[in-house]
Amino acid sequence: MAKKLMKGSEAIGEAAIQAGCRLFFGYPITPQNEIPEYMSLRLPQVGGCFVQAESEVAASNMLYGAAGAGERVMTSSSSPGISLMSEAVSYLAGAELPVVIVNIVRAGPGLGGILPSQGDYFQATRGMGHGDFRLLVLAPWSIQEAANLVQDAFDLADYYRNPVLVLGDGLIGQMMEPVEFRSDRQPIKPLEPKTWASTGCHGDRPTNIINSLFLDPEVLERHNFKLKAKFDAMVRDEIRSAAYGTDGDYDVLVVAYGTVARVCSTAIEELRERGVRVAMVRPITLFPFPYRAVREAALRASSVLVVELSTGQMIEDVQLALEGARPIHFHCRVGGMLVTPDEVMEKVDRILAGAAAEVSHG
Amino acid sequence: MAETVFSRPGALAPVTTHYCPGCTHGIIHRLVAEVIDELGVRERTVGIAPVGCGVLAYNYFTVDFQEASHGRAPAVATGIKRARPDLIVFTYQGDGDLASIGMGEIVHCANRGEKVTVVFVNNAIYGMTGGQMAPTTMPGQIATTCPLGRDVEQCGYPIRIVELLSTLRTPAFVARTAVHTPLHAVNAKEMLRRAFRYQVAGTCFSLVEVLSTCPTNWGLPPAEANRWLDQNMMPYYPLGVFKTPEGADRAPKPAAGD
Repeated sequence: MAKKLMKGSEAIGEAAIQAGCRLFFGYPITPQNEIPEYMSLRLPQVGGCFVQAESEVAASNMLYGAAGAGERVMTSSSSPGISLMSEAVSYLAGAELPVVIVNIVRAGPGLGGILPSQGDYFQATRGMGHGDFRLLVLAPWSIQEAANLVQDAFDLADYYRNPVLVLGDGLIGQMMEPVEFRSDRQPIKPLEPKTWASTGCHGDRPTNIINSLFLDPEVLERHNFKLKAKFDAMVRDEIRSAAYGTDGDYDVLVVAYGTVARVCSTAIEELRERGVRVAMVRPITLFPFPYRAVREAALRASSVLVVELSTGQMIEDVQLALEGARPIHFHCRVGGMLVTPDEVMEKVDRILAGAAAEVSHG
Repeated sequence: MAETVFSRPGALAPVTTHYCPGCTHGIIHRLVAEVIDELGVRERTVGIAPVGCGVLAYNYFTVDFQEASHGRAPAVATGIKRARPDLIVFTYQGDGDLASIGMGEIVHCANRGEKVTVVFVNNAIYGMTGGQMAPTTMPGQIATTCPLGRDVEQCGYPIRIVELLSTLRTPAFVARTAVHTPLHAVNAKEMLRRAFRYQVAGTCFSLVEVLSTCPTNWGLPPAEANRWLDQNMMPYYPLGVFKTPEGADRAPKPAAGD
């Protein structure tokens, strides 16, 4: 299939449909409305169904019902809406239901603003809802990657029977870039028929019950350890990151994800043209976090620079990765303000001149 | 040779329930199961259990089930029915679940006209959590969070769900019934049968409210609980069919500018 110029939101919606998603439940919230709008038009064309729910609370529970009936299903929202969905996400994880959730993150807290942010990193990577669970979190930096990750997200959700979160921001949603959908795409995981789904109890088979209630503590403990084994398998098998300029020698390693990494890559190109030795590791999975890739790349540098659109969230994972082995510097813009390549270049120059302070929080 | 004239419905699991003595959940479960049997839809029915005393309903029916979070059963039902319109989907919800925390979900499920059936068990109290005031608790009725009786100045009046839902323009079958006497139980089964039939025919949303007793949390022996329901709930919650899809055509004309 030829490349097509698409807006990020439309590419995300089309990717879901190409991955077999036939149901979308959502509620309007800026800046992600183009995704449900696209789905409301496209899903009926492919025999699917779009429902505008009365709230994010309801939308996420519609997701629960449809996923429990064995169908591929997705929702999208933005930060305040994701908070409302966090109740259902806990139930989805507890009941082991595969769904794909897209969070086009906006600045917070509270209503905050509608411009890009990475302030939901903790919420995304630390389980999101009550109870003891994790989400697999994928963070694209381009429209093509957003489309690919959405498709992968359906396979990963089905394989692990766990919600998968795609974490973007308004830039991913609004940018237009060429996108290619491969018609010969195969699932990235071996997928079993969903024999556990509540689809009607035929004949003598035991009833299928979709449930997260386990009143017997011994049974619940076994369930918790079963979930833990899945999260361990994700850590073992699903870590993804990309490295830039780590082939040669470098003095500063930048760690950034999503669209911020895109900005940083521009800065790194210009710095390297000037002869400044700088490289980058970009986490693509935020849970599981690429601790080893970050550590190994960082140990080859004299210092590390973390760049985020939050006042410091992913930096805690970088600190865990480095265990104090290298000084960590930090640069951020928040509130919907964006990091510029000039800011990153200036920060790197100051680090190399010995002027930038090492981060001390965490 | 002896003829079997009465037996456990096939849709009802051969297990002992956790319900208190005198509670009417067991009767309502049985009526729902009988209707599922009679319509021959057991193998394509999916139930949704609530949070509340009915939380373990998935153990008591021989149909597939999903356990919803508190109040969200109508949203879960929507998800299942939209995914699989061929399935017969019903929720089983109490008054705290449906009329308090789940008010948004039930109103919008009904208003979208989801082709699902809601069994709404109203016993005027929170049972499972230990007898707190519900939106349906009667004026003056004592509960653990209104120990001096429900004060309508502070808490408002009990919410009448079927009357409220009957105001919606979307076609639906909405009825209220009771099960505290055999005659009422026979009528309740007829209401449930009609509700499920509308779904099987793909006609409309359907909801049957069943007035129910809670001897444990009302602090009454079962027989007295039945009398209390008759004397206190029945006058405030009148029984009957409040809305039918056929009647929707005779709905009031829209107001000017509507």
